[in-house]
Formats: sequence, C-alpha cells, structure tokens
Amino acid sequence: MTMIAQTGANTGLQDGKTPDPAKRAASWRAIRRAAITIGLALATYELIARTGSFPRALLPTIPMIVRTLFAMLLDGSMLMHSMYTLYRVLFGFFLAMVVGIPLGILMARFRRVEQFFLPLVSALMPIPSFALVPLFMLWFGIGNLTTIIIVFYAATFPMIFNTWSGVRSVNPLWLRAAGAMGADEHKLFWKVIIPGASPFIITGMRQSFLRAWIAVVGAEMIAASNWGLGWVIFDAKEFLNADIMLASLAVIGFIGFAFERLVFGSLERGTVMRWGMMRSAKS
Amino acid sequence: MPLIEVDDVSLAYDTPAGRVQGVLGATFNMEESEFLCLVGPSGCGKSTLLNIIAGFLTPTGGEIRIGGKKVSGHGMDRGVVFQDFAQLFPWRTALGNVAFGLEMKGMGKEEREEIALQQLKLVKLEKFANSYPHHLSGGMQQRVAIARALAYNPAVLLMDEPFAALDAMTRDDMQRLLADVWKTTGKTIIYVTHNVAEAVYLADRVIVMTPHPGTVKAEIPIMLPRPRDPLSLEFLEHQKQLLNYLGQGTSKAA
Ligand SMILES: Nc1ncnc2c1ncn2[C@@H]1O[C@H](COP(=O)(O)OP(=O)(O)O)[C@@H](O)[C@H]1O
Ligand SMILES: [Mg+2]
Repeated sequence: MTMIAQTGANTGLQDGKTPDPAKRAASWRAIRRAAITIGLALATYELIARTGSFPRALLPTIPMIVRTLFAMLLDGSMLMHSMYTLYRVLFGFFLAMVVGIPLGILMARFRRVEQFFLPLVSALMPIPSFALVPLFMLWFGIGNLTTIIIVFYAATFPMIFNTWSGVRSVNPLWLRAAGAMGADEHKLFWKVIIPGASPFIITGMRQSFLRAWIAVVGAEMIAASNWGLGWVIFDAKEFLNADIMLASLAVIGFIGFAFERLVFGSLERGTVMRWGMMRSAKS
Repeated sequence: MPLIEVDDVSLAYDTPAGRVQGVLGATFNMEESEFLCLVGPSGCGKSTLLNIIAGFLTPTGGEIRIGGKKVSGHGMDRGVVFQDFAQLFPWRTALGNVAFGLEMKGMGKEEREEIALQQLKLVKLEKFANSYPHHLSGGMQQRVAIARALAYNPAVLLMDEPFAALDAMTRDDMQRLLADVWKTTGKTIIYVTHNVAEAVYLADRVIVMTPHPGTVKAEIPIMLPRPRDPLSLEFLEHQKQLLNYLGQGTSKAA
C-alpha cells in the first residue's frame, strides 16, 4: 500500500476514467504470468503423484481431485459446507467490524480510552486464536457459537489497530477546514474522520478478513460438527480421503481469493483508489 | 467603525524546548471590502496571526474584533484558504468540496450544488465539477479551495500563501483570477505572502511585519489603479519600497 501525499506534482488535468490500453495489456501479462506459475506447480504435483512412489489414496492425481470436487459440488455437500463456513466467518467478521472500528476511533480520539485499551489489545493480540479453541469449547460447546467467537477474536485486533492508526493519520488540515466551515463533532466524525481514515480502515478489513478466514477453518476442525470446510477436512482423515481434503482446500483457497480480489479489491478501487488516497504499485 | 480590529495581539507557543513567541503585539484595522496583504520574512508569525484571526488559535494577549465583536473560535463569517493543496477532501469531487460548508449549514442537496456550481464558475472550473482533487493540477486545486471558502458567503476571506507552492506562470494567472474574484464579490480579504510583487499586485494596503518575533513594522497603502501592470514604473517603485522595509532592498533609501 502506498499513500500519496496530495502535495506536489499533480499535473493530470482530465478525470482519468478511460482505461489505458497499455495498462490493460500489462494486467493481462500479469494474469498470464500467474497462470504459468500455478500451472507449473500443478504439473509438478501431478508428476510426483504419477511416479507411484506414494500410495494413490494419499497422493491422488489432479483428475481424481477434480472428480471428487465435482461430485461434492453436484450432490450439494460442498455448497453446504461452504455456506456453514461463510456464515461463521461473515458473522464473526461483522462483529469484529462493529466492535473494532468504533473502538479504534475512540482510542484515537480519547487518550483515556487509548490508555485503557492499548495494553489489553497488545497483550491479547499475539495469542493465536487457534490456541483458544479448546478453552472456548469448554465454555461455549461445539458448534457455531465457538467458531464465531474464535473468528471474532482473530479478526478484531487488526480492525482496531488499523482504525486507530488511520484516525491518527487523518490530515489535521481537513479537520481545520471542516471546522472553519461549521462542521460539528458529529459531522466531523462522519464526513471527515471516517472517509479520511478509510485507506487504513479498508486495509484493516482486508487483514481482518484474512485472519478470520484462517481462523474459521482451524476452529471448525475441532469445534464444529458435521458441517464446515474445516470440519470436512478433519473428518476426511478418518477414511484416508486425501482427495476430499485437497478438493476442500481448493475451495477454501478459491473463496479466500475471491473475497480478497473481488470484495476488497473492488471496495478499494471504488473508494480510496478512485479518490487518489491510495494507488496501485507502479510496474 | 472598521470591520476588523487587530488589537495588540500576541501569541507564545508552548514547546518542549520552552516558549516560542509567534507574534508580538500586532495592531491594525481593516475596512470592509479592503484587500490587505500581510508581508514579512519566513517565520515572522504571519501564519500565526492569520490563524488567530481565523479563530484556530487563541491569542495569549490582546484581542481580535470583527464587526465590534470579540473573536472566539472559528465561525462562518470567515472563510479560510491554506497553502497546502492537501486541504481539499480527496474523497469529494470539486463540487462536493465546494458544497461542504452549505451542507454543514443543513442546506438541501439541489440548492447547495447549484450554489457550488456558481462558485466553481467564478473560479472558471465548472467543467471540472465532477473531478476528484487528485485529477486536478495544483492551481486548480487552489481555485477549488477558494470557491469552497466563498461558497457559504463569509464576510472575510483569509488566505495563507495560497499560491506559494505554484510555478511562477500559474501564480500570475491565479493572482489575476483572485483580483477578479475580489472585484466581483467585494469580499474583505487578508492575504499572507512573503512575495513582495504579489502584495503590490493584489493589495489596497500592505502590512509589513518585522522578523521574528513578528510585529507590525509599517502600513503601506498601494494606490495604483487596477488592473495593475507589474512592469510599470510605479509598480516597481512600490516593490522597491517594500523590499527596503523588509531590509532586502538594494539601496538604503526608499
Ligand atoms: N505549532 C507551533 N509550535 C511552536 N512554534 C511554532 C508553531 N507554529 C509556528 N511556530 C513558531 O512561531 C514563529 C512564527 O511562525 P509562523 O507564524 O508559521 O511564521 P510565518 O507564517 O510568517 O512563516 C516561528 O518562529 C515558528 O517556529
Ligand atoms: Mg506561514
């Protein structure tokens, strides 16, 4: 992430919305390069799987994995597992935003709040959420509640930290200008501080979701029953179903990637990149 | 009665290294619709004084009165333009920036956007109403800032070296434009600069400040007819006179 200072050499005069053909070609090249890397990795795996030095059941070939994936997609079980996992992750992530964003803002605005919460946040943040799963299982049992709380735990701290940094980095000139134009505290908050801190808040959401996604799969392995992508992987070990594990992993990777690129990527493009508060890396 | 009275105003900053005097006993008056330039060397306290008039800083001595009333805090009777282009809100279009003050007043969307568009016309930027600040050049961003400060119709416009970061050619255009804006709107303007030619081009009267800690050294009326010709003999004479006051002239006598 790169922040642009608004001073200096802004010489572009037109609203640059028209896609630049050179940029478009560059992004296609990037996609092709990524495809080559992934293709090579898959081919290497396939080659090793086909040497036969490992049992097929433990190291299934890619066509086998794809068949299993399709079967699970067709019978609807993969969809159900994904839905359960998504429900848990989104619920926990949503709670993390509801708590983390206001708390981060309050910490940045009021010294007292900062002094109270900062040590707590610093002490709790390094504890891996996965290490809390057994304890939370004792407290909250097996199922949605425990997994959602684990997700919440994993996702809250990046949200708090980034929002806190973001609010402190809001340009004081914006506050001054808004104050001179008669903005009261309430307006200042919604119309200046929130949009002014948005590059950090969006970065916080990204990190937060990533941690939530990692946490939910881990938590489901031991704290979920019957449904969830984490659960299905852990359950598959009982029957040596490596193909199910790998098919589920592919789905986990795909959903995570889709969120990162589609949801947060477009959120970023539609806001902070459009406003020039953040830009993509050059070449 | 003058519109603005700056009465023996002082301010000392408290810093970890001790007290730093920002301004020391500045006194002057201003009439309505007057264009006043504050000139002085860098660090003499021009910005400090302007920020006190704007109400962002509270003086540690003396007071400011506008229309006979003592200033405390900022108010919608004053509009402010800073030097830094970053003063615009990057998440709002030019139009959205200009409409901000009216929005704070609670004016409806349609009405405030109509007024904002008129203000953008005044600074010749109506074509860029829907552009975001980062797509505008520095000069255009400063014009948006001027339109924004004028949009809610304050009596006084306070400007702190708004064109100092622009290249010389753009700066000339901006000065012409500002002179036009002043003529059409009849605003009372206090304009801070360390550029003597700029002051002679724009001002009805120039307040020269002493080096740090700044106070008022001289008040020089500029009676030249407008629009002014920066290459005329009288213009250069005034420039020389100001430079002498600032101790930067080539000869001792004015
Ligand atoms: N926020 C501040 N804290 C401490 N000292 C300051 C602050 N702002 C300005 N000063 C000091 O006050 C003096 C006047 O500054 P300023 O008003 O910015 O001058 P000018 O605008 O004429 O260049 C300078 O010596 C400067 O170092
Ligand atoms: Mg200054």
